Amino acid sequence: MDNISPAHEASCSTGPAESTATGHTSAELSATDLETQQFNTVCEILRRNNNDPARLIPILQQIQKEYRYLPEEVLTFIATPLRLRPAQVFGVATFYSHFALKPHGKYTIRLCDGTACHVRRSTGILNALYERLNVDEERKTTSDQLFTVETVSCLGACGLAPVMLVNEKVYGQVTPEKALEIVEEIIVKEKQA
Amino acid sequence: MDNHPTLTLNGRTVSIRGERNLLEVARQAGIDIPTFCYHSELSIYGACRLCLVDIEGRGIVASCSVAPEPGMVVRTHTEEIRELRRISLELLLANHEQSCTTCAASRSCRLQTLCRRLGVEKVRFHRTQKERPVDHSSVSLVRDPNKCILCGDCVRACTEIQNVGAIDFIHRGAETTVGPAFGKNLAEGECVNCGLCATVCPTGALTPKPEIDAVWRDLNDPQKTVVVQVAPAVRVGIGEAFGLEPGSIETGRLVAALKALGFDQVYDTSFAADLTVIEEATEFLQRKAAGERLPQFTSCCPSWVKFAEQFCPEVLPNLSTCRSPQQMFGALARVTLPETLGIDPENLVIVSVMPCTAKKYEAKLPKFQTGGRPDVDHVLTTQELAVMIEEAGLQFRQLEPQSMDMPLGFKTGAGVIFGASGGVTEAVLRFAVEKVTGVRLSRIDFDEVRGEGSVREATISAGNTTLKLAMVHGLRNAHDLADKVARGECDYDLIEVMACPGGCIGGAGQPVPKELQTRAQRTSGLYQADKGLQLHKPQENHLVAHCYQTCLGDVGGHRAHELLHTTHQNRRRINSRGLTVLGQDNNSDKLKVTVCLGTGCFLRGSHSLLNALTERIQQHGLKDRVQVSATFCFEACDRGPNVRMGETSLFRCTLDSAWDAILKELEATPVA
Ligand code: SF4
Ligand code: SF4
Ligand code: FES
Ligand code: FES
Repeated sequence: MDNISPAHEASCSTGPAESTATGHTSAELSATDLETQQFNTVCEILRRNNNDPARLIPILQQIQKEYRYLPEEVLTFIATPLRLRPAQVFGVATFYSHFALKPHGKYTIRLCDGTACHVRRSTGILNALYERLNVDEERKTTSDQLFTVETVSCLGACGLAPVMLVNEKVYGQVTPEKALEIVEEIIVKEKQA
Repeated sequence: MDNHPTLTLNGRTVSIRGERNLLEVARQAGIDIPTFCYHSELSIYGACRLCLVDIEGRGIVASCSVAPEPGMVVRTHTEEIRELRRISLELLLANHEQSCTTCAASRSCRLQTLCRRLGVEKVRFHRTQKERPVDHSSVSLVRDPNKCILCGDCVRACTEIQNVGAIDFIHRGAETTVGPAFGKNLAEGECVNCGLCATVCPTGALTPKPEIDAVWRDLNDPQKTVVVQVAPAVRVGIGEAFGLEPGSIETGRLVAALKALGFDQVYDTSFAADLTVIEEATEFLQRKAAGERLPQFTSCCPSWVKFAEQFCPEVLPNLSTCRSPQQMFGALARVTLPETLGIDPENLVIVSVMPCTAKKYEAKLPKFQTGGRPDVDHVLTTQELAVMIEEAGLQFRQLEPQSMDMPLGFKTGAGVIFGASGGVTEAVLRFAVEKVTGVRLSRIDFDEVRGEGSVREATISAGNTTLKLAMVHGLRNAHDLADKVARGECDYDLIEVMACPGGCIGGAGQPVPKELQTRAQRTSGLYQADKGLQLHKPQENHLVAHCYQTCLGDVGGHRAHELLHTTHQNRRRINSRGLTVLGQDNNSDKLKVTVCLGTGCFLRGSHSLLNALTERIQQHGLKDRVQVSATFCFEACDRGPNVRMGETSLFRCTLDSAWDAILKELEATPVA
């Protein structure tokens, strides 16, 4: 394994932000600069877990909380202090369905594209969402990571077709207009928060 | 009867002699229980469920995972076990791409062998998996996930023995595959091309990349003069492909076969190995006298060199600067052969036959080119040569032995034992001890450095000098030693490293060994071959001496350095995007500062530097003018921590030197 002396392991926390216990509370930094804050948080997570490779799973969990997914660069970065190889980190990250390797929005919109919903024109709703949120089949998540738009085949609620799910909440007999309304509401709510 | 405890195996009483599991006990007793995921040199995984046995009172268990106990009553092929094994195989076959007739692993495929052995005749299950892309990116290996049965042997070999960890299980459930990080290709990551994964892979999911067609094309081109060099280990490996005993010395028939295939000249890499020893031992004695860059690590194994370049920046200066024998041969042949053979340099094609997949990678490195052309055009493995011999319809065992061509086919035993772990060290000793003492060395064999262990050491005295030597194979062992050296915890003078188990004789290009003792047999074959030669010390090779007179000049001199030495470079481990830490936006006028967070720089504290720098930039309100990101290795790890600012590199960077440089740069560029 890589020869990393304890002194160096500790170096992961000698940055400026750790005087304040976590990256989050370091107000001036986090308020102004998301990346800096996130990076400091990763360092803090590693420090809290003693750079212990046995704690890889909690570490990944905490990182996902910060980024809402596990970015490749971050996984590459943490491999070194954890004395693991990127392939090993990636192997664990892909083993658990809980971990997302692609950015995922705070709100996941799942639109049913099963037969019943399809017949009732779910495609129109999908296109309206794609257009409003500037995403598509390939790039499913908005750049501010607020929304992810996915299609699923049959949610088992065909009586309500077309069906749309926002996180856990089910909406039935959705129209493009109604879908956009729901989205706008969330955007407003998030802005106020 | 001995005093060992016993158990009953298929009604027979057999002794337990410290075997770690029932599987080994059965093998000792001559019963080869089928396995996919068991390798005596790797940890136990216990997933394939092929090694089932029935233990009275306990039922059916995986024999690889059960320790033998006295009095156990074990049966290895009950009706139920036969049925279960057959189902396992059928399930594996159902999802296996069935292109067996054209598969590169056809000769050594355990899946095929076991289906035959266990009488699987039809597959009752349907394929459930989608076709996955085949990875051709590596110059040494082909990875075909469609043939993978997920036994994990490759993963454990790459991690446990080589400590590379280039591949792992990824995804889960039906999506599971084995591959590099982030779904990248093999060539984009840390893989050192050793091919150990291909040796242990029971199917054709990982195989050496063939260059056979390119070689045939040149052989069939009347314009070309095609010469070939044969590595030492090939002569004791090729016979196995034709049913001969491992370790039988086949130099003569090998030459005959190569001539029959149409090679114009057949030479010996051992000639170049003699040359390597002279250069490397001279370099070693110089370092020893000056007391610098010790211990000297050998540099003839390209997997080790790439490994050190990626993972051991601290000891990289300790590597010998000598090229491997393959590349010494290539450089020398390019320069001298056109005249020797009276041909146009354009038409000279240089091929090598190697026991090794990493040599394919080495031959393609840009630094081993002369005038834009690789010194070695094509690299064949022992296995590939066997395929060509078969294709040409040659009856290998009936060939009349022939001898190598001169001058580059002449060698001493020193150049031959190179192919075994400990061989390079011994060859160096045959030269160095004589040099140090100034007295003719009467003993040739240094039994102290021979052996099978994967980490060995020896102390040899030469006059007033004592030489402390270490020989390791397996890169995990090498890495451990390199770490100790970096921490100043050991005082060796010379460390020989070979990636493959047992040295080159155990290379991934050799026929896949059928038994554990195969490697030892090949090794003893090489020492036999040494005995059978007239000369044993590289300094006695008069044709090498002649080469120095006519072409190379002084040993270790200017021309010798040009042709026979090289430099090693720090190498990044993985192609990965960087990480923006401060001020990312699309404003391209910003000063871009990148801090290296690769292993080398990380160890030197680049991480704190990054944090401190970000902090200072923010404090001085320069966030709008500077963007800070992190990257993984600038390939200058020996001078880390490294920071790049626009086009400028700041080596051994500190917070103050980085800050000064940033301020200066900002002063020079007025605010837009
Ligand atoms: S060739 Fe060697 S380093 Fe590369 S993946 Fe296979 S075992 Fe690992
Ligand atoms: S590639 Fe070969 S060795 Fe690796 S898991 Fe698949 S079948 Fe096993
Ligand atoms: S060899 Fe025992 S389970 Fe695979
Ligand atoms: S780790 Fe290679 S240059 Fe920094």
